[in-house]
Amino acid sequence: MAVCISVIAKENYPLYIRSVPTQNELKFHYTVHTSLDVVEEKISAVGKSLGDQRELYLGLLYPTEDYKVYGYVTNSKVKFVIVVDSSNTSLRDNEIRSMFRKLHNSFTDVMCNPFHNPGDTIQSKVFDGIVSGMMVTAG
Amino acid sequence: MESLTLTDVEQKYYSDLFVYCDTDNTKKVASNGRVLDLFRAAQLPSEVVLQITELCGATRLGHFGRSQFYIALKLIAIAQSGLPLRVESLNSVKDLPLPRFVVGKNEAEARHAALYPDTDSQGLYPASATAVIPRPPARGLQIKKGPATSIALPVHEVIQPLATNIEPQPEPTSPVVSPDQSPPTSPHSWRKHQRQHSGGNVDRQQPAVVVAAAAGAVWTQFREPPTGPVPGEGMWPSHSPPLPGQESWVSFTADTPPSSTIPGMHPSSAQDSTTLRTAAMAGSTNEMQRQSSCYDDPWKITDEQRQYYINQFKTIQPDLTGFIPGSAAKEFFTKSKLPILELSHIWELSDFDKDGALTLDEFCAAFHLVVARKNGYDLPEKLPESLMPKLIDLDDSAEVPEAAADVGYSGSPVEDPPNKSPSMPSLNQAWPEMNQSNEDTAIVHPVPIRMTPSKIHMQEMELKRTGSDNNNPTSPLLTNPPELSEETNLPASMKFAASNSGGDGYSSSDSYTSDQEPITRQRSHSGTSPETLKVVAAPPPPPPRPHASHSRSSSLDMNRTFAAVTAPGQQQPSTIAYPPAVPPRPLPTQSSAPHTGHRGDAEGVPAGGAGLTATSPHQIPQQPNFADFSQFTAFAASEQPSSLPEVDTHSEAGQVEKAPEGAGPLRTVKSDGQADERTAATVNSAKGASGPLAPPPKPVRRRLKSEDELRPEDEPLGPQKSNIIAAVLATQPSIPRSVGKDKKAIQASIRRNKETNTVLARLNSELQQQLKDLLEERISLEVQLEQLRPFSHL
Repeated sequence: MAVCISVIAKENYPLYIRSVPTQNELKFHYTVHTSLDVVEEKISAVGKSLGDQRELYLGLLYPTEDYKVYGYVTNSKVKFVIVVDSSNTSLRDNEIRSMFRKLHNSFTDVMCNPFHNPGDTIQSKVFDGIVSGMMVTAG
Repeated sequence: MESLTLTDVEQKYYSDLFVYCDTDNTKKVASNGRVLDLFRAAQLPSEVVLQITELCGATRLGHFGRSQFYIALKLIAIAQSGLPLRVESLNSVKDLPLPRFVVGKNEAEARHAALYPDTDSQGLYPASATAVIPRPPARGLQIKKGPATSIALPVHEVIQPLATNIEPQPEPTSPVVSPDQSPPTSPHSWRKHQRQHSGGNVDRQQPAVVVAAAAGAVWTQFREPPTGPVPGEGMWPSHSPPLPGQESWVSFTADTPPSSTIPGMHPSSAQDSTTLRTAAMAGSTNEMQRQSSCYDDPWKITDEQRQYYINQFKTIQPDLTGFIPGSAAKEFFTKSKLPILELSHIWELSDFDKDGALTLDEFCAAFHLVVARKNGYDLPEKLPESLMPKLIDLDDSAEVPEAAADVGYSGSPVEDPPNKSPSMPSLNQAWPEMNQSNEDTAIVHPVPIRMTPSKIHMQEMELKRTGSDNNNPTSPLLTNPPELSEETNLPASMKFAASNSGGDGYSSSDSYTSDQEPITRQRSHSGTSPETLKVVAAPPPPPPRPHASHSRSSSLDMNRTFAAVTAPGQQQPSTIAYPPAVPPRPLPTQSSAPHTGHRGDAEGVPAGGAGLTATSPHQIPQQPNFADFSQFTAFAASEQPSSLPEVDTHSEAGQVEKAPEGAGPLRTVKSDGQADERTAATVNSAKGASGPLAPPPKPVRRRLKSEDELRPEDEPLGPQKSNIIAAVLATQPSIPRSVGKDKKAIQASIRRNKETNTVLARLNSELQQQLKDLLEERISLEVQLEQLRPFSHL
């Protein structure tokens, strides 16, 4: 359902970014990049008050007329950003949450791989498979 | 699906092929290995071959019968024609060419290529069935070398065949018997099997020598470089041709190959080997490959390989049931010089439970994949079935043979057992051992159980537990879908602890009871744990009494044991004062009463049942005129014939005189039980409890019996009963000793009450189980609700 899925490292560089190839990928890269500001804002806002109670799912970050951007941040400040086409019948929130959950689980699996160095781009085929699964029905 | 019409030509061709494959001359079954070799020769991708075998029903049957074989051949023809594999196409496709089996050397297809050496069997399959079969003797030698095939063999084996190859055509009869060879025997059988199956490798001799020389030479080549701190470094052959596995495989761990196997005979040939090897490549590759892919599944791990992997595992982690942490595994596999990306992929494939550590199975799978990759095999996208860690579900014996069947089908039946995870049989053996050891150990605390029923976690937990706590009988129990979480354990244990709290002397046994009960509850057939309980319970409380069989038919063993113990046990009641006497008595009723609202599944019943039966048997030694149980046994006989015989023998001990009395109090008790039964019936409609108003004795019995049926845990009941009996018995001591003439009446009432107690306790546990289930449901619903609730951010 997603049009673009990306994983951003703590230092705000991309670990993984994947878009539905038919479209202008650069646009999505730019969108994800700008959404990072929103993510930071949300993190810092909540972080002050609740500390570690911050919820991982950040929700809709940035709606435009074409698409919506959702964010999710892990406890290690790794951010997941999903860009969803607005023309899709709007996905329910819990669907987005479940997508993030799957992403997070796959990401954890990748991290568990001793051959993966944190900070490397994610090159796991399994992770790719899961991401593709989420993007398969994208417009 | 099996209806197959063949043309005459097809019929003849197929029957010839069948004869060819029918190495055992059974005329009924084609040997799997040969069949699969044949299928390999069809040059179809392995997935297609697997699909074909599935479609023809051989997977289901586990072997290739004649019809399956024919169907498979037809499907091969279909596949080779490029048509999709469909069952319907079996009969619908007309003018199908005969399936083609390529017989020739091809180095290109490393994996599944037809590996039948050309010469004699070239295109001669249909006719050469008989000609091919006599080959084996000549190939005996090669077979020896066979195992040193693509996917690895301990070095010494490679060398040995070379040594023996020097002599021309030695004993074909004992191809695998090289005196110096130290490989495990099972590979021998494997090799023999292979010999029978490889069929038609005439001039193996030549390539055999060459290959063996190559193998040996390469190996020695590896040996010669210093086994330095990074042995893997120098060892990896700079020559990257996809050699039939053993060299690269060997070199991967050249630092560790058994030094004893250094043949020492090939240093001279080291130089020649290179050229020899390249020359031999052509001739040997297909043979090696053939033998490597051997029976079908190139991912199958042979016994030698597995043994080698296990040894490697031990170098990193001496405990075979332990884990190799990711970092250690990373170092180890990095030595293989594979690119990190591929190693990462291998890791993803092999770390089945995604825990960042490798169990023995996972390690073997990973190692195998590394070896395969080194040999030029492409890594699969998902873990091949034969490499999947065998999920050992000790509780579910059906799984094990099933997994074996699945894995084994792709390979030869002979190889199947050895290829099972070595940890599996060890765990299987460990489990009974653990149970026996349990008899001596006290399980004092309920073990937390993971709620996820996934087998992965089951195995993981099991491995952890078997590795860490051999005395903990709960580990195999955990393989059961953990319906009972800690919550069940604790309440159950607490309940019994409460009920049994009075008995000082019984506290230990009570704890056993409480711990064992939840455990036994989880395991539907943990026959041994009851015995554990029984044995443990013996010292402080009176030994288990021959209980009223009415509650559980299983108590057969218990009864026997009880019988054995009864005689000495009977002394104890009279002598032991049962210090707590009265206090424990009310507790069971109290604890069961409040719990009346919490009936659960039958699983909770053992406690109740145990209590009920416990009370009765205990009464026997103390109340010689307690005749109830003869009545019970009479009724039980009508419904539980199996358990009665033992019970009868035991109940004989003191029940004869009670017979007349028994009926009365029995009926009273039964009527008391009826109310409970009705409650229980309404609560547990599934139990199919009979109408509450059936003849008084019957309903209770039937309910008990239905509970019995529902509760396969017959055995646990006995020891639990004994423990509970011990506890409950404490309440009775003083009473029987009191007034003589009132004795019988009091005893009768006591009996009645006890039975009521038991019934209520059972009901209680059942209700508790239900409560637990409902709570789980509630939790899940709450979670769903949580998910559906709109989040607050927007």
